[in-house]
This record gives sequence, C-alpha cells and structure tokens, in this order.
Amino acid sequence: MDDAATLNIVVLVKYVPDTQFDRQLDSGTYTTDRSESILSELDEYAVEAALQLIEARGGAKAGNKVIALTMGPAPAVNAVKKALQLGATEGVHLVDDALAGSDAAGTSLALAAAIRRLGPVDLVIAGMSSTDGETSLVPAQLAERLGLPQVTFAASLQVEDSTVTARRDGERQAETVQAQLPALVSVTDQINEPRYPNFKGIIAAKKKKITELALADLGLEPAQVGAAGAWTAVLSAEPRPARSQGIIITDEGDAGIKLVDFLASRKLL
Amino acid sequence: MTDTARILVFIDNLAGALHKVQHELLTLARSLGEPVAAVGGVPDEALLAELGSHGVATVYRPAADLEDSLVAPKAAFLANAVRAAAPSAVLLENGFGGKEIAARLGIKLSSGVITDAVAVAPDLSVTKSVFAGAYTVVAKVTTGTPVITVKPNTIEAAAAGTGGVPQVVEVDPGDPGPAARIIERSPKPATGRPELSEARVVVAGGRGVDGDFGPIEELADALGGAVGASRAATDAGWIEHSAQVGQTGTTVSPQLYISAGISGAIQQKAGMQTAQVIVAVNKDPDSPVFEIADFGIVGDLFKVLPQAAEEIRKRKG
Ligand SMILES: Cc1cc2nc3c(=O)[nH]c(=O)nc-3n(C[C@H](O)[C@H](O)[C@H](O)COP(=O)(O)OP(=O)(O)OC[C@H]3O[C@@H](n4cnc5c(N)ncnc54)[C@H](O)[C@@H]3O)c2cc1C
Repeated sequence: MDDAATLNIVVLVKYVPDTQFDRQLDSGTYTTDRSESILSELDEYAVEAALQLIEARGGAKAGNKVIALTMGPAPAVNAVKKALQLGATEGVHLVDDALAGSDAAGTSLALAAAIRRLGPVDLVIAGMSSTDGETSLVPAQLAERLGLPQVTFAASLQVEDSTVTARRDGERQAETVQAQLPALVSVTDQINEPRYPNFKGIIAAKKKKITELALADLGLEPAQVGAAGAWTAVLSAEPRPARSQGIIITDEGDAGIKLVDFLASRKLL
Repeated sequence: MTDTARILVFIDNLAGALHKVQHELLTLARSLGEPVAAVGGVPDEALLAELGSHGVATVYRPAADLEDSLVAPKAAFLANAVRAAAPSAVLLENGFGGKEIAARLGIKLSSGVITDAVAVAPDLSVTKSVFAGAYTVVAKVTTGTPVITVKPNTIEAAAAGTGGVPQVVEVDPGDPGPAARIIERSPKPATGRPELSEARVVVAGGRGVDGDFGPIEELADALGGAVGASRAATDAGWIEHSAQVGQTGTTVSPQLYISAGISGAIQQKAGMQTAQVIVAVNKDPDSPVFEIADFGIVGDLFKVLPQAAEEIRKRKG
C-alpha cells in the first residue's frame, strides 16, 4: 500500500450485451455481437463495493481512488462513463484492434499490464462473472499474473488495516475468507444494493479523466493477445434449437396425477 | 490413442469416499486414455483403493497435506504434478474452486483452459453450452496441455473393475505465493438431499410458494431430488441463498427440473434451461415459464404438488 490511510482500488467493468435481449454469436468469427450493450449489471455491485470502501475512509477528497478499468472496442468506454457517474474517480479504457477475439489468457495478460502501469494498487475488484462469457476465468488468471491472493464470490467485504475479510456462501458450508492486501476480490449480487447515478454524479463525471491505453503503451505485442494469441479456439457454434413449448394443461383437480403420468411416460420416476 | 496418453484428474479430497462427480471425472479420463490422479495431500488407504478401482495406476501427491488456503497452493502443486506426469489433458471439477484452480494452472503452464465441458471427445475437443444454453460450442485448446473443467452428469460413472493399488509419487508442492485462507467455516446442516448442482432431479419454488417450501420439499423427496429456488424466494429469506438457481446462483442441468410458482425471468432461465425435461406449475397461463416447459400445468402449486407427491409415493409402493 502506498499510504496506510487511503485506498487505491481498481474496478474491472465490462461492456456486455444486455441480457434482456437475445445474445448472438457472430457466425464468422464466433465473437459476441455487442450491438445492444450496457455496463454488465454484475459489475455494478463491484463499483458499489469499491465506492462504499472509499466513502468509509473520507472518499476521493481524502485521497482515495476508484479507477474504473475496461478493455474493449470504442463503445466500451460507456461502461467506464457509467462507473464515473456512479462515483468512480477516474477511468481507463484499454482499446486496440489487436485485442479483438482475446480469450481469458489474452484478456488477463492485457489487464494485468494495464494495472501494473497504474502504480501501487491495494484492491482489484471484479463482478462475480461477466454476464456474457461466463467462464469466470479472468479474475483468477489476473490474480495469478499479478501475484495476488484472490477472494472470490464475496457476499460481504471488510477492509481493516491491510487485511481484507469476506464471507462466502457455498452449498456445503459458509466460509469467512481472509487475505493480505494487495488482493483481488470478486463480489456477488448479495453484497449490496447498487446506487443509481444522480444528476450531480452525471455532471461531475464529465470532468473526470479517462485515459486511453493501446497495446504499445503496455509493452505488449499484437501477437500476444486477440485471436492470434489465444490458447483456445472455437471450432463450431450451433444455436441450440429453441425449446418448443410442450403440452400445457389447466388443472381440473387431477393435474398432480397427470404430472406423474407424464413423468412415467418419460421414464423419470 | 496410444497407451502413453495419460489423463490427469485432480482429486480435491484426501479420504475416501470419492464424490459422484469425481467418479464421473475418472470414468471420463479412462475413456480418453490412461487415468492418473493428483491428490492435494496425503491420501488414505480407502481413497487409494477407490482410485485403483478406476484403473488409476499412479497417484501424485505432495509430501504433506497442502496448507488450508484457497486455490493458490492447489494450483502450484498441480502444476508440478502436471510437469511430473506429462499428461495429454488435465480434468477438474467445474465448481467455483475447480474453475479457479484451472484458471491459475493455465497461466502457470501457459496452457489453454476450457470450462463447463459437457463432453470431451478422444481428440480432446470439448463441447459446452454458452449464453445460458443458447449456443452449443465445440472448442479446443490450441496451446499447452488442455485444462478442462467438466460439469456434473456428463457421463455415467463406472468403475473399471481392474483394481490394483496405485503407485504413489511425491511431487514438490511448489511456491503458491500470497494466498487467501479460510479462517472460519460453518458447515450447513445436512438435508439428506443430493447437491443442487449434481442432482438428476430439481424441484424449485419461487415467489408463488409465499413463504412455505413444504410442498416443494415434499415433491423433491418423493423424487429423490434437490430443492432449488428463484432469487425472489431466496431474497425473501424463505430458503437459504445457496438454493438459488440462475445467472447469479447455481447453474443446473438435471434430467428433470420442476418449476413451481416461478415466472421464468431471463436470469432464472439462465440457470436451468439446459435441463433435459422442464415441468412448470404456475397459476398464470401467460407466465413466460410456459414457453420453455415440456409439460406445463396452469394451476395452484399448493394443490398440484402435494397430489403429485402422494401419487408418486403410491406408485413406488
Ligand atoms: C443482477 C440480477 C441477477 C439475478 N439473478 C437471478 C438468479 O440467479 N435467479 C433467479 O431466479 N432470479 C434472478 N434475478 C431475479 C429475476 O429477475 C426475477 O426477479 C426472479 O427470478 C423472479 O422470481 P419469481 O419467478 O419467483 O417471482 P415472480 O416473478 O414474482 O413470479 C412468481 C410467480 O408465481 C406464480 N404464482 C403465485 N402464486 C402461485 C401459486 N399458488 N401456484 C402457482 N403459481 C403461483 C405467479 O403467477 C408468478 O408467475 C436476478 C435479477 C438481477 C437484476
């Protein structure tokens, strides 16, 4: 930590297809069609968690920072802008044509390089998974590359001195997990109620700094990232046949029996 | 496939008996090559015997049990086990822990990682579904040793029946670097029901149960299934959060999913629409859940579910 009293937090934000719309894979490149995109709603919990941590320490005025970092094509800057409206103190947009088609290995490589460039960071906070790729690999790979401990799926979060403590809720047990700062944390949708941007926040955001970074700024070669640098490849992608509606009946007093008949006919008893 | 194609399975517990998913992983490994196992500590006799019954000839382990930390020490040990075993692929469980170990292992070995596998072919291409089941994708690791996390219920577990006692090989646990540790555990009371993510039958309730999961549990027990819930039901505190099915809860792909008093929001569907058969009980005929139901009942769950449970018990005798 650069200063025991203040926190430097990087929040990973991502611009993703809105889950309210049908999501599409581009048929040629198997990449995601992002024409109807928003700030991943799961990242709002990460932004909120970061804001609550710095607000408890006197906020930006006291020298605390929440840096919203995104990687993606030009429109992805909107995810950063939304985070700035909510209260993040500055933004970083990692944008380079060569990044297109990056898998988790390439994404974590570029994000790790960007974070190292930001100087000493106490916490990296991510949402529980992106709502599009859903692989959950990036936070753990980022932690590995940065040599950080990871505390994932936090349903609550405390930072005291240089220790982060989180509660996790698993199927077999609930756990309290602890790590020393600097650390990487991912948070679930149980952790808080994200705020909405207010008018003051929207105005203030216009004056906040957004730094654009390209691969060359990070000392990375195009061949290390993107489709060229990927360690995995998609060979084929088939849209799953839409689930057709089956039999719908209205209960006339014997629907429970009919349900069992149906299960028996499908050998599910 | 030559007999040198080893498939390394990571086993996260030190004592017998193996879980259902671990039996599945070992069965899958045997279908792809010669299964070998890496265990994150000193395995007991019972565990070695069980691994042997799956045809595992070699077990890799650290000199002592790994420290009680999350992920990082397991990934560091596993990386050394991979270097010792030189397998053609590594298989892990698909839970949060398994995916995170896989993620770190991938970076340590400069190897591609594929999660959520529902099938692994002899050429190590992996089938998985993405976007909450909207697409079925076949993917392949192109760099390094493929690291694959496999979902439950992808293969029928079977022992090889050629049980020998595996040879145990000690490997250096490696340097895990800074790691998070668990400082407190509160185990949940055992319900006697199967685990949600692995269950072949899931009966789930939503806001429509209005605080009473009794009918859901009764039907789940009649079918030997697990109990699930929508976020509306877990947020209301009617059932614990770990029962939540959906985008921010557990993803399930059971043979049968019975949804009762759940409207079928997109975030709920994200966690259950790859179920083989979906049954919906909802009193609103316009509820979106009926669009994906193989069998839908417009009716009151408090009448339909108890009647069905009673009928099942009768037929099962
Ligand atoms: C970021 C985010 C993540 C989310 N993640 C999840 C998730 O993982 N899982 C999830 O489930 N949701 C999730 N949600 C919430 C989701 O959007 C819905 O709000 C939620 O699924 C609704 O739950 P429900 O269907 O039980 O309630 P409702 O939508 O209120 O539906 C209740 C249904 O019960 C029926 N009903 C009422 N009484 C009866 C009766 N006696 N018999 C039969 N039917 C009856 C009604 O007709 C109605 O259709 C998430 C939301 C957000 C914003």
